[in-house]
Amino acid sequence: MTFPWLSTIVFFPLAGAAVTVLLPKGREGLIRAWATIVAVAEVAIALPLWWRHDPRLGMQFVESRSWLPAFGANYSLGVDGISVLLVLLTVVLTAIAVVGAYAAVEKRAREFYACLLALEAGMLGTFLATDVLLFYVFWEAMLVPMYLLIGVWGGPRRIYAAVKFFLYTMAGSVLMLVAILWLYFLQRSFTGVPSFALEAFYRMPILPVTQTWLFLAFAVAFAIKVPMFPFHTWLPDAHVEAPTAGSVILAAVLLKMGTYGFVRFAMPLFPIASAELTPWIIGLSIIGIWYGALVAMVQPDLKKLVAYSSVSHLGFCMLGLFAMNTQGFTGSLLQMLNHGVSTGALFLLVGVIYERRHTRLISDFGGLWKPLPVFATIFLVVMLSSIGLPGTNGFVGEFLVLLGAFRTNPWWAALAAVGVILSAVYMLWMFQRVVFGPVTHVENENLKDLSWRERLVFVPLLILIFWMGVAPQPFIDRAEPALNRTLALMRSRAIASGKMSAANQALPDAWPMQPPPPAQEGSRR
Amino acid sequence: MMLEPPVFLTVDWWAMGAVIALSVGVMLLLLLEFIPSKPNSSRSAVLSLLILGAAAYSVFRVRDAKRALFDGMLIHDGFTVFFTLLFLGVAAVAVLLSWDYVKRMRINQSEYYALLLSSTLGMIIMAASNDLITIFLGLELMSLALYVLVGFQRNRLDSNEAAMKYFLLGAFASGFLLYGIALLYGATGTTNLGRMAAFLAGSPLLGNPLLVAGSMLLLVGFAFKVAAVPFHMWTPDAYEGAPTTVTGYMSVGAKAAGFAALLRVVLLALADLQADWKPILTWIAILTMTVGNVTALLQNNLKRMLAYSSIAHAGYVLIALVAGGRDGASAALFYLAVYSLMNLGAFGVLALMGRGADERVLMSDLAGLGFRQPILGLAMAIFMISLGGIPPTAGFMGKLYVFSVAVKANLIPLVIVGVINSVISIFYYLRVTVAMYMQEPRGEPVPVSWTVPGTVGILIALALTLWWGVQAQALLVQAQKSVLGML
Repeated sequence: MTFPWLSTIVFFPLAGAAVTVLLPKGREGLIRAWATIVAVAEVAIALPLWWRHDPRLGMQFVESRSWLPAFGANYSLGVDGISVLLVLLTVVLTAIAVVGAYAAVEKRAREFYACLLALEAGMLGTFLATDVLLFYVFWEAMLVPMYLLIGVWGGPRRIYAAVKFFLYTMAGSVLMLVAILWLYFLQRSFTGVPSFALEAFYRMPILPVTQTWLFLAFAVAFAIKVPMFPFHTWLPDAHVEAPTAGSVILAAVLLKMGTYGFVRFAMPLFPIASAELTPWIIGLSIIGIWYGALVAMVQPDLKKLVAYSSVSHLGFCMLGLFAMNTQGFTGSLLQMLNHGVSTGALFLLVGVIYERRHTRLISDFGGLWKPLPVFATIFLVVMLSSIGLPGTNGFVGEFLVLLGAFRTNPWWAALAAVGVILSAVYMLWMFQRVVFGPVTHVENENLKDLSWRERLVFVPLLILIFWMGVAPQPFIDRAEPALNRTLALMRSRAIASGKMSAANQALPDAWPMQPPPPAQEGSRR
Repeated sequence: MMLEPPVFLTVDWWAMGAVIALSVGVMLLLLLEFIPSKPNSSRSAVLSLLILGAAAYSVFRVRDAKRALFDGMLIHDGFTVFFTLLFLGVAAVAVLLSWDYVKRMRINQSEYYALLLSSTLGMIIMAASNDLITIFLGLELMSLALYVLVGFQRNRLDSNEAAMKYFLLGAFASGFLLYGIALLYGATGTTNLGRMAAFLAGSPLLGNPLLVAGSMLLLVGFAFKVAAVPFHMWTPDAYEGAPTTVTGYMSVGAKAAGFAALLRVVLLALADLQADWKPILTWIAILTMTVGNVTALLQNNLKRMLAYSSIAHAGYVLIALVAGGRDGASAALFYLAVYSLMNLGAFGVLALMGRGADERVLMSDLAGLGFRQPILGLAMAIFMISLGGIPPTAGFMGKLYVFSVAVKANLIPLVIVGVINSVISIFYYLRVTVAMYMQEPRGEPVPVSWTVPGTVGILIALALTLWWGVQAQALLVQAQKSVLGML
């Protein structure tokens, strides 16, 4: 029996959280130090995944144990090229959020850090679970700590926002539970062996009609999490009310669980339904890109602006996924990481000035360049990366997404590209009003610039922004084989499922994907 | 010619052990009153625990046996053992929770515990019955004891009102039940469940109005006992007026007992009448869940809120019943076990709220509890999360099992109603956590009467709620095994 590395990654933060609760009350310094140690140790535990993970192989470091033999459910974890990057994003961003929250958490630090670490465990479990029931357990269990983070440490309307967050996510995911059970029984009648293993589901062809229903149930759950256009209303509330660390985690990691769900579950399991519903999803994604950008433009509140920009950026992720080709998939995954890094950094920056001024209104600032030069410089870089300036990470992701979309349908790319312009508009305009010009408010003249701790927090983020902007190949190399395998899986499953339907007509027209580039290893640009 | 031994001698007395232990125990508890004691002595509670332990031991000894007792009036099988142990466990936790509560409320101890154990006895008889007459006997024994317990604080007006309502409506329900039994007897010529099933199998009489009317009246009687809509009207008032520990006990015990009898009757005796009762139970399930959950949204008194929530939970169990067969029965068993512990735990926390004889069970009384009393708050939060069916708690596993058997039986619309309802229910369960963690108390924070036995009771419920959420295999297997002998 090899060392259960992935289990350690998932449960180490939970154990850390349990210890945090037992620490003496009121010893803030000790509590912070402990939480930081746990979060940084977690990074150290998970980081070897970066080089020990082999992109050519499928699921790795697999652990499987019998969990509920009566159902055929197993406790099984595994990591592949898709989840490895998201896991690393999670651990890094959580560590940053822990350190970034030092000053912001004024009350009940013990419980705050315990929630944050428990949340980390839940997210990691969601990304690593290869048993669908286990995935669902983590997916839902993770709601509780996030709910508490927003509800206890949030702003004035925190209770409303927390409950809304919980109910929205829950409402989406219960239908997914029904779909999971349906799949389970389908699989059982197909093979005769009860199992919740994702692998077993992958091996089973599903009738196109059934696929549509099941896909819808999964898609609603994930679309709420992403959030896609009509399901996004919980996001601005949750973001605005959440404490800084909560916003960072919410934007950087939680939203990725939705897109991850699409690429891991909804699309490969139901390829025919995905193909048939592509126009709808693309339509909603493009509406989301436009709508998020336009609404962001008129927000008076910085946090709300960033929240709506998330809606816009996640629209790109969805567009890339449903372009259903290598470039789109890779771009989408990169865009997930980029959004995690850039938006996480933006929320931290908003948190920094909120701690100093206790306001987030754009009109309360202006000319921050003078009192806060370091802050303004970092802000500038992060803001440009969020727009997608070449040389920063945002460009690579958006470019690949648009490239992928163009290959499938040039119109999609054209419409989405307008969103890039819009994002430049709202970001630059906001930046101009906050940072440039004369200092319009006397209170802002004597603001203290970033402390060493705060600078330290941004260092890894800035490194990532430039690294992924200038040399994204290591990231692409890790993810692309797994993404191509997912595409191939979708194709083969579509063919197998298409054969099931008597008419067998759905396939040729509704299937937009081109065959994969045969021997060509990766697609270099 | 061999002389047949008299019937009563062929009885396996170990299988009757729980019934005997409780019957003797109840008398001992009453006799104990003749020995004078200090007013705050715990001897009745200790004796009750010993009695429950003895009962559990004797059942556990013959857990794998299968026997028909008293000419098939009672039956000892896996189903009986499962429910007997469940009732004994629930009663034991209820005794722990009542330990100091009854002293605090100045309730006469020996009578309280004697009545508690008699109602447990009634529940066990209901679960063990293989005959409509014994079901009725058990039901009456349980109900009569509960009527008294509900009105135990006779100087409190609402307690009186609660007992009165419960008694009147309960008496009606008993009447319906008895009438149904009479009609069924008239139609089939037997009250024995097994013989009734054999008579009905392939019988040309299936459409007979007598039979249908009888079984519908029977359903009405049971629906009343498990508090299913539209026979739920008594629940909120009775739950609110009863002493909190009694509410906790009856909300799980009486419900589980009602379902135990209902399961045997519906899935065994009336299995061939499926076409008649399935649509009705489907609609009752939908109504029960929806009315229970939607009404619970509006409650500010936690006892009333939990009353409506318990109505809703009856609806989830009904889904399993509609799914039917072995799967449905074992899912119902599993759900009832899980529900019993989490609901009892929640009432246990409420029983600790307030000091002296005053009860503090309003939503606002919980404000700030989560940080003032971290363990109590955490326990309550976990019970609420579990009642809402969120992993990793037992409530999620229960819902998962119930919904999965319903999906297997192709009842997708019913399952969708069920999951939508569990989202609605989240809202009011979250309100409790909102009060505990996100609001500050207005004025003086509500004091908590910490006691060791009460805490032990809550911790037992908490431990099982969490354990069955993480690793439910043992209970799953047990639930599946328990219905094997029955169906």
